[in-house]
Amino acid sequence: MIFKLERRVDDSRWMAYLSPILAGALTLITGSILFWALDKDPLQTLYTFFIAPVSDLYGWTELGVKAAPIMLCALGLAVCYRGKVWNIGAEGQLLFGALVGGAVALQFLESDSAFALPLVLLAGALAGMAWAAIPALLKTHFNTNEILTTIMLNYIALNLLLFSVHGPLKDPGGFNFPESALFTEAVTLPLLLEDSRMHIGILFALFALVAVWVLLSKTFVGFQIKVLGLDTRAAHFAGFKERRLVWLALLLSGALAGLAGVCEVSGPIGQLVPQVSPGYGYAAIIVAFLGRLHPVGILLSSMLMALIYIGGELVQIELNLPLALTGLFQGMLLFFLLACDVLIVYRIRLNPRFSTMRKPSPEALVNGADAKLSTHSQ
Amino acid sequence: MDYDLIVNILYATVRTGTPLILVALGELVCEKSGVLNLGQEGMMLMGAVIGFIAALETGNLWLGVTFAMTAGLLMSLLFGFISLNLSANQVATGLALTIFGAGLSAFVGSDYVGTPLEGIQPWHIPLLSDIPFVGRILFSHDPLVYLSFGLFVGVYLFLNRSHAGLALKAVGESPQSAKATGLPVFKIRYLAVMFGGAMAGLAGAYLSLAYTPLWAENMTAGRGWIALALVVFASWKAERVLLGAYLFGAFSIMHLVAQGLGFSVSPNLLAIMPYLATIVVLVMLSSDKARVKLYAPVSLGKPFHPAD
Repeated sequence: MIFKLERRVDDSRWMAYLSPILAGALTLITGSILFWALDKDPLQTLYTFFIAPVSDLYGWTELGVKAAPIMLCALGLAVCYRGKVWNIGAEGQLLFGALVGGAVALQFLESDSAFALPLVLLAGALAGMAWAAIPALLKTHFNTNEILTTIMLNYIALNLLLFSVHGPLKDPGGFNFPESALFTEAVTLPLLLEDSRMHIGILFALFALVAVWVLLSKTFVGFQIKVLGLDTRAAHFAGFKERRLVWLALLLSGALAGLAGVCEVSGPIGQLVPQVSPGYGYAAIIVAFLGRLHPVGILLSSMLMALIYIGGELVQIELNLPLALTGLFQGMLLFFLLACDVLIVYRIRLNPRFSTMRKPSPEALVNGADAKLSTHSQ
Repeated sequence: MDYDLIVNILYATVRTGTPLILVALGELVCEKSGVLNLGQEGMMLMGAVIGFIAALETGNLWLGVTFAMTAGLLMSLLFGFISLNLSANQVATGLALTIFGAGLSAFVGSDYVGTPLEGIQPWHIPLLSDIPFVGRILFSHDPLVYLSFGLFVGVYLFLNRSHAGLALKAVGESPQSAKATGLPVFKIRYLAVMFGGAMAGLAGAYLSLAYTPLWAENMTAGRGWIALALVVFASWKAERVLLGAYLFGAFSIMHLVAQGLGFSVSPNLLAIMPYLATIVVLVMLSSDKARVKLYAPVSLGKPFHPAD
């Protein structure tokens, strides 16, 4: 190869911040080429995708609606990934939270109790937590790989949701559609802004952001999780209770994902439907990495991810492009990020084999050094 | 249960197990070289969609299969470049491959959802398919099923009876010592990753061209992930991959069994079975830490840079 990678003495802090920006730029460039290949004006398409959705206040509120669940999931995942607990199950935890929270909400069809909504939210968060407790138990007591168990639980949660909306929770007066009855006002999240869909879920997300930031950077537990992720052996020697940390990371992330799920059904959706999530739990994996497992980074990257969702919908409506563009952009973004991340640890150098032509001979180097010395002494 | 029902269930088990065998054999070879590729699901999806489109547009099913394998292979090169050349974390890169594959396949296939296609037809092997019981179960399938038998034998012999297989395993156990003995670690790992990609592509083609000849978004339904669990289940041994795949095949067609026995259970609840079985099996096999350590390739998932 013409280029070779040379290990840096220290990891580059600069590249850690630059890499997500570089990845975003590369995604945009590749996207433009794709639009051009599809006979669409790249600039106009990019405008419709990334600028038009947020050109008015309503657009920004929609961004908040989409960013809230992604942020909640990604914050939990960041805690897990810092401790090298590979939770891929935010999607399942979100769906199970939505399912259980929704089932509780359906018990309040004829009630206007002020306790109804908090109960529904609590049920959702606890359900997500319980769903995450399964891989935690299996990992800590049976040594089971959490990547595979959380993935399987995603599929199981989805099928449980499908079963429920086709069966026990189906609206009896719903013309046989696979959906539950509409939730009443008592169990619907209050709106933050009139004439928008933005509900108080975004406040939960922002609160979680601060809480996770404090947990990760200000507490001993956060420090322990970091050490566990960087060096398991060191964590052992330091006497950290590894199992307890695994439990904590998974339960916290499950609760946040469950809350995200219940906020979706008691917020913008307003009932249980088969499509509670367009893959928020998977998108959150990308967001966690893109945000460098840091709460502030996650805030920014979940807004970008929300924009990709809304932009994808808009180019489908206005330019008749497939909705699947959203998933494609998500995948590209993660790939470019991982590729750019190599620059944190390595620097790119021209391979010596290819640069011998231009390399000065040892004699020239010595002479050059002499010349330099002599100029200095003069 | 009557005779016909049992035969039909076993016949369906072989069909359902086939895509799992294909993708799991590919992942087995890949993991034996020390590379953990979690992108099987994404590569399968790409194989399924490209195979379907190619077959539909050219009118040639076998060209479709070839295209599917090429698509899987190209995807695996992407994984190889990022995880091997750029030494990125293999777990994250594999996840990226699956997310990317799911997105790209849905994008490429958006115009083909619901398009009908005459799939690969069964090919009754003369004489063998006339054997009672076994003939129907093993020898009246489509050619890809027979190919899976052949590939199983090939991978088994390669891993257990060939020098090349020995070299591959050496690289998976200790790339440092393999390199010291003059083995091209990087090249071997690349080839293993590419084989895994081509097999995942083939498994995808089996789904979209033979099993259910159509394209639907995310039609692999987690089979790529189940295959990853299968490799653990098989303790990294080819013969157990075959056994495990058929076992999971049987779990996936519980609805047939239920119908045969006259039960009416929700299809969504039955769909949970293979995923639940995967978890149960993982628990049973992983709890013995020493055992997993004994069988797993020692350097699995650890990046190795030739320059280091």
